[in-house]
Amino acid sequence: MMGAEFVQLSLTPMLIGILASIACALPGNFLLLRRQALIGDAISHVVLPGIVVAFLVTGTVTAWPMMIGAAAAAIVAVLLIEAIRRLGRIESGAAMGVVFTTLFAAGVLLLEQSDTSSVHLDVEHALYGNLESLIWFDATGWSSLFDAEALAGLPPQLARMAIVAVGLALFVLVLWKELAISTFDGVFAHSIGIRTRAVGFALVVATAIAAVAAFDAVGSIIVIAMFICPPAAARLMTDSLARQVWWSVGFATVSAILGYVLAGYGPGWFGLPHSVSAAGMIATVSGIILAVACLAAPRRHRSGQAAETV
Amino acid sequence: MTGFDRLIDALTLQAGYNSALVAIGAALLGLAGGGAGAFVFLRKRALVSDAISHATLPGVALAFIVMAVLGGTGRWLPGLLAGSAITAAIGLLIVEWMARRTRLSEDAAIGAVLSVFFGLGVVLLTVIQTMTSGQQAGLGSFLLGSTAGMLISEAYVIAIAGAIAAGLVFLMRRPMTLVAFDPEFATTTGVDVRRTDIAILVLALIVTVIGLKIVGLILIVALLIIPPVAARFWTDRVASLILIAAGMGAVSGYVGAAISSAFAGVPTGPVIVLIAFVLFLVSLLASPLRGALAAALRQWRFRRLVHQRQGLLALARGEAIYDRLTLSTLRRAGYMRRDGVATLAGRSAAAKALKDEARWAEAMRGEADGPVVADYDGLTPIEDVLTPDQIADLDRRLARLEVAT
Repeated sequence: MMGAEFVQLSLTPMLIGILASIACALPGNFLLLRRQALIGDAISHVVLPGIVVAFLVTGTVTAWPMMIGAAAAAIVAVLLIEAIRRLGRIESGAAMGVVFTTLFAAGVLLLEQSDTSSVHLDVEHALYGNLESLIWFDATGWSSLFDAEALAGLPPQLARMAIVAVGLALFVLVLWKELAISTFDGVFAHSIGIRTRAVGFALVVATAIAAVAAFDAVGSIIVIAMFICPPAAARLMTDSLARQVWWSVGFATVSAILGYVLAGYGPGWFGLPHSVSAAGMIATVSGIILAVACLAAPRRHRSGQAAETV
Repeated sequence: MTGFDRLIDALTLQAGYNSALVAIGAALLGLAGGGAGAFVFLRKRALVSDAISHATLPGVALAFIVMAVLGGTGRWLPGLLAGSAITAAIGLLIVEWMARRTRLSEDAAIGAVLSVFFGLGVVLLTVIQTMTSGQQAGLGSFLLGSTAGMLISEAYVIAIAGAIAAGLVFLMRRPMTLVAFDPEFATTTGVDVRRTDIAILVLALIVTVIGLKIVGLILIVALLIIPPVAARFWTDRVASLILIAAGMGAVSGYVGAAISSAFAGVPTGPVIVLIAFVLFLVSLLASPLRGALAAALRQWRFRRLVHQRQGLLALARGEAIYDRLTLSTLRRAGYMRRDGVATLAGRSAAAKALKDEARWAEAMRGEADGPVVADYDGLTPIEDVLTPDQIADLDRRLARLEVAT
């Protein structure tokens, strides 16, 4: 299992899964604490119309037009949600529901109406991604890691995802104080000169970037699950924000590795010949981690609720 | 036959028994969705239904696997719907439990349940793809809905279930209205708020389950959210909100299904959602009560009124007016000529404005008229607020003041 075949078939998908999971879990921590957890959900739905429009405009399914289209759609969605919330004085959950279902419906309709038979673009792909297909053809074994020629053949998603993950880590590090204070006490943050609205907007943009990049590699299920499940489980482990972020990174990593292994090799243990969806399994594992945290984690209760019987 | 002819046929139920039944089923589904969604919306839990709908996927897949293993076709619709209802209910209970029993907020619980259940469903779907029995083709249609190639028995199931759901909304409207409108008062009248809340979400669940085949599980939540949000623009009353939402839902379902049956390759679910969105957009813009255009118009009128009043006061005091909007407002009202000189009507209106200003000042100084004066906004004509007797009294007091000075 750990030989040349592993390097060729499983190493890169697993790394991409880990990077995507971490990239989503990082901003997810702050979204969770700000009760904006579902923004990630909304954004990953509207990615579909974005990539469809990008395809219709450029006629290709190369990465950059797709990512720009998806990012544009995410921004349009956030603006629309805000506009509907203000214009109609509608509660934000409902406004979000209106916007993301409509944009997703428009995306599906556009997709069905346009000729995409020549390219690989469909709704299922948008949802599940195709993690298993991101294999490293040129690898012959662990030694390929030091072989420049083989390294050049790495799937481009790996480098992109790595850049985005590092970028998000830097975002969280650099804006740590601003993010933390404006998340916990917006009024205080404002009073010491933090531009809370700008910080909030930057967080949404970071979320969109993580969603779009991860979506390109692994599909939107993982994106939604990773925005929420690892940070939520981490929140139940500790009261310290820094420790919560570390826990969430750990949970995201474990979900990605365990999910990928279970999807790829798990069915074999039961004598089944085929693997199952890695994206779905990673989301499932993150859910199992969260379930365990809900039942047993040290900080699972609200303060003051601990004495109550559960 | 052109597409338009086919659309007319479909809209008038002339396009064959099957598509007529589907259109009626979609209309009933929209009716129930709008009605149930109105309560969900009023309880501010619109996105809980998103968790419910995504949680149906593992149920559909499990039901398929069980039926296929037992030797059936695996595609028997009532069985699939029953399976989806079970996992959706489990998902709903988990959301409730997480939001109540852990420190996580409801939106985190919603997001966790919807993504994890959906992920599990996808895993099970890939298991099904590798099965040799059970006719797995077409199971993916539950994601986005499909009415093409629908069996007549399936259309019956949906039409009947839609009618039952619409009936349930009607039967339970009283306690649900009470809870949606005023949960504390509902408690004092003996209504169990928690149970009613769950009943509301169970209705949403029923709508979700029967909508799987037509609209699909990703978009069905739109039928629960968009019509009530649109209806909210037209009314401030709970009873009419429910009726309007149900009506809009029915129209979306009916027209969407008709369009989809008239044009090949147009998927049903997205069309229904987009029709609902068009209704929402019209409401957002055009509703006289809370619509954006009406609000803009009110704002514009208010500005004109303020400028007119300030302009008239300036005229009466002989002050120069520079503000363009003020000038154009006065000209349009016929109070001022193009060269900036006040007309006869302008002079008398200005005198009246100044006099009213003095009356108001006196009324406030005297405080004799209490709360009425507190409502003074400077724009409502004094005759609309005070009685002729009160005005006459003010005038007498003003006259005395003038004599005194």
